[in-house]
Formats: sequence, C-alpha cells, structure tokens
Amino acid sequence: MRLFAQRSPALPFGLGAYTIGQILFGALIVVALAVFPLIDANASHVSAVADAGYVLLLAFGLNVVVGYTGLLVLGYAAFFAIGAYTYAMLASPQFGLHANFWLMIVISALVAAAFGVILGAPTLRLRGDYLAIVTLGFGEIVPQLLLIFDKYTGGPNGIAAVDQPKLFGHSFGFNPTPYYYLYFAVICVCMILLNNLRHSRLGRAWMAIREDELAAQHMGINTTLTKLLAFSIGSAFAGIAGVIYAAKLTLISPDEFLFPVSVMILLAIVLGGLGNLPGVLVGGGIIALLNFLVLPQASNWIHALGDIVHSGALQSVDLTRYRFLIFGAILVLVMLFRPEGLVPSATVRAELHAEKEAA
Amino acid sequence: MALLSLDAVTKSFGGLTAVKNLTFEVQPGAIVSLIGPNGAGKSTVFNLVTGIYRPTSGSIVFDGRSIGGFKTNAVAEAGIMRTFQNIRLFAYMTVLENVLVGRHVRMHAKPWDDALHSPYERREERATTQQAMELLEWIGIARFAREWARNLPYGMQRRLEIARALVSEPKLLLLDEPAAGTNPAEKADLMKLVQSIRERGVTVLLIEHDMKLVMGISDYVHVLDYGEEIAHGKPDEVRHDPRVIEAYLGKGA
Repeated sequence: MRLFAQRSPALPFGLGAYTIGQILFGALIVVALAVFPLIDANASHVSAVADAGYVLLLAFGLNVVVGYTGLLVLGYAAFFAIGAYTYAMLASPQFGLHANFWLMIVISALVAAAFGVILGAPTLRLRGDYLAIVTLGFGEIVPQLLLIFDKYTGGPNGIAAVDQPKLFGHSFGFNPTPYYYLYFAVICVCMILLNNLRHSRLGRAWMAIREDELAAQHMGINTTLTKLLAFSIGSAFAGIAGVIYAAKLTLISPDEFLFPVSVMILLAIVLGGLGNLPGVLVGGGIIALLNFLVLPQASNWIHALGDIVHSGALQSVDLTRYRFLIFGAILVLVMLFRPEGLVPSATVRAELHAEKEAA
Repeated sequence: MALLSLDAVTKSFGGLTAVKNLTFEVQPGAIVSLIGPNGAGKSTVFNLVTGIYRPTSGSIVFDGRSIGGFKTNAVAEAGIMRTFQNIRLFAYMTVLENVLVGRHVRMHAKPWDDALHSPYERREERATTQQAMELLEWIGIARFAREWARNLPYGMQRRLEIARALVSEPKLLLLDEPAAGTNPAEKADLMKLVQSIRERGVTVLLIEHDMKLVMGISDYVHVLDYGEEIAHGKPDEVRHDPRVIEAYLGKGA
C-alpha cells in the first residue's frame, strides 16, 4: 500500500510538510536575516527590521485564532498591551520591582493567555460578526482601563524607564542589534512550535471548528476546550511580543495599543494568506517593513526631492501619516485580485504532487 | 442486550412535538432503518441520540450507559459516529486530514506533545495516518488523500464522510440519507458498502428514503409519521402494512 504521509515524520520541526524548494527558500531567508545586521550597520535599519519582530509575533498569534480556528477577533492589540504592561509594571521604577526579563517572557505569556481565556469563555457561543464586535469592545476596554487606573499604569503617560534585558550580565542597552537577534530567535522557536501544532491533533481540531463546528463536535472534538486553547495560545504570542516591545522601547503608553494595531495585524495575515504560516510570515514582513522602513525612508527621499526642486509641498510630505490609507488600498487590491493571500496554503501545491504521483 | 435503546423518548419544541413516546432497540450487528415521510421526526431522532437535543422525557441507553443529555462530543467518544444528510465535510482540509479528525477521540497527544512534536505524538501520528490510509484504501478513495475534500466528486464525498465516521472504530454508525443524490450504480455500491461496514463489526442505523435500498439491506425497519412510530418489523412485513402505505401515499379514495 502506498502511504502519502501527511508529512514525513523523519524530518524534524515538521519540515516534512514542505517541498525541498520551499525548505531551501526558507533556509535562504533565515540565513539572510541572520547576517543582516552584520552587513547593514545602520542602526535605524536594524531597529526597523527588529520591530518587524513584534508584528510577526502578533501575526502568528492572531493567525491561530483567526486563521486556524476561524474566530474573527478584532481587539487583539489588547493582549499585546497586557503583555507589555505586565512586564513594564513588574520591571520598572513604577513599583520599584525589577523582575527578570527572561522569566517575565514566560509570565507575560501566561498572563496574556489567562486573559485570552477570560475573553474566550463568555464568547464561546459567538461567531463571525458577533464575536468580532465583542472582541472589538474588549480591545477598546483594555486601553481605557490602562488610562483609568493611572495609579498603577501611569495613565496617559504610561510607564517609563522599563528595564532592558540582560544576558550574562550585559545589558541590551539602546543598541537595536541584540533585540534584533532576540526577536529572530523567538520567532524561529515560535514558527517551529506553530508548524508542529498546525500538523497535529490540536491543529486539525482548530481547522475542523473553522470549517464546520457542528461536524467537529460530532467527530468528538470538545469545541469549548479547543476554542479556549486557541484563544489562550494565540494571546500568549501577543504577551511575548509585548514584553520584548516594552523592553526595546523602554517607554509604553496606552495609545500604542489601540484599534489600528489590531487592524494592522489582521491586514498582515489576510495579505499573506490566512491560516498559512509562510504566508503570515510574508504578510507580516511586508506590512512591518512598509510601516517601519519603506514609508519613513520614502518620505525622506521625497523631502530630498523637495529640497532639489524647492517645493515646499514635497518637503513636508510625511507618508507615515497616510499608512492606513496605503494599507487600506493594499487590502482592497488583495481582496480584488488575490483573495487567498500572497502565499496561500501549501495544500494547493500538494494536490499537484498527488496527481503526479498517481500518474 | 440491545446496543442502543430508546425508551419512551419524547422531544417537544414549544407546542410542537417532533418525537412522541418513541421506543425502539437496535441490536448489535444489525442494520436498522428509520423511514417515514418528510417531517416525520427521523432527523430529530438522530439529533437526540447524538446529543444535539436533550430529550424532553424518556431515556436513551447506549452500550449500557444512559446517554440522554450527553454532550455531542461525549456521544462520539462513547462510540456513536454519524454522517449528515447534507454533506458536512471539512471542505478546506485534505481528504486525509478529514479522516484524521475523525480519529480525534482515539488520539491522546496533549497540546504540548503537539507543539513539541514529541516522540509520543510522532508515534501516534504515524500510526493514525497509516490507519486512515488503510481505511481510505478500503473505501476506495486513497488516491485522493491529499486533495481538498471540496474537490472530490459528490459520490466520493459521501464515501469520505463514511470513512471519517468509521476511522474511530465506533460501535454504532448513523447514516443520514446516504443515498441522497446518488445514481443507481452508486446506490448498488452503497448497499455493498453498508453491508461490508456491518461485516467490520459496526452496527448501522440509517435514515433513508430510497425504498429499494432500505428493503434490500435492512434487518429491521421502523416507520415514523408525525413523530410517532406507526409500524416496525422486517422489511417485508413493513412493506405491506396498510398504515405505512397510507402514510406514504395518503388514504385511498
């Protein structure tokens, strides 16, 4: 009997699910990113690419909830805020506490996961539009609470002088390179874990719920537990992203965790390919680089052009102010011309292989 | 002892009684059919057995356990699997993945096993994949294992639904109008398939409108009309029962 294994169990990290070409391409990107700070010494470039790290982590987490399990969550930035504030409150002069950064990555992930369950439990019966609206509300409530409880959170001023991570006694400081490699390492680990999950019992249960919740129940899937796992695991990624974000910036305030962040992350996963990890990576990368690198740089070039032609209008252009206009235009174009995203699921390719093998 | 027994089961929705005082048994190893005109309450019976509805009164005992009011996933775990009248596959998952989901209740990898791809998870995954492929081979759609379920032709989708329901080795299989929309050749294949499912040791309870199929394969037939049982017996007995003829054709002038 011929066995078309879903993935070859012989390969580690679930790599068996991908073709050799895909693995090589992925390896090339990994190597390129690993050496990037060595080649481009410009700190602002390294910092911008490092900031893509938190966008990617958020995209990974949201993809678990929206992409795999099919639960449309609109207030995802709230979990990012919860992760960031958990770290900032326990590792800053705010309360004079200075918890260990590495420990806090774990703790913030757990705290965000717990809030994921808190949001998930009352919304279990909701789907689609209704769930989106409730989670939208949650996303609005959290920054409001951060403003109201100013005794603990610093209110609109936020929390300053957040501790920077230390490794073997060396502080990360304000140099972006250590943060870059930290994000790099965390993202590699997260991708491996998520890829494993995607091709496992739990990952299939998530997708079964997305495809047909009633049929999933009939297959013996405890949909309550499985959805709560999706909420908590998805939120944990935001918690981790929040810790590193707060540590790199050393200053956080509620207005960094508002609705536009949730929309940006949602856009990233829709642009890349909902539910497909390589797609999420591409989508998150594109959105983050546009946001942190391309738009500010392009603004600078336009200013330079304005200097040359003595045009005041060009000299004062700030493309970053139009980023949501640009993101919106991208979303419309993607929906019109490639609704499945830039890098759709590998299943389509797998079909072609099955035909070849059968021939 | 009966594998499944319903005792005086009633289900009302507000003022409407969908199933009234229904009592019947399914013996292990049998093929039992539920027939009756549209709206007779057949699907409600399936929904009661699978825990979608809780009986208003009466008891449902499966394999020695009272399952009335069980959650749907617990019913599946107890060993009852089903197919649906309108095919409900996981459309954007592969054929193989659909069958693997069917095996969910018999797998024991914990979330951390899944995330870490632990040796236990690896072993279980390999064994399950092999089982799933053997079943797909048996049911004749193994060559489509890596296709999306939605890409299969209709008849194959019906077979995939049955494979998905069988892979967890249930004791009882509920088939909801398996012959709906199939052509005569496919119907003949389906009859053979249902019989070979029984040979695998799985008891079958089916809802079906196609009388030729029902009469051809059933050991026992229960006829419902307006939520009540109006006749039961071997196919030949039921076929000539005047109440059944009346329910289906209306009273003669």
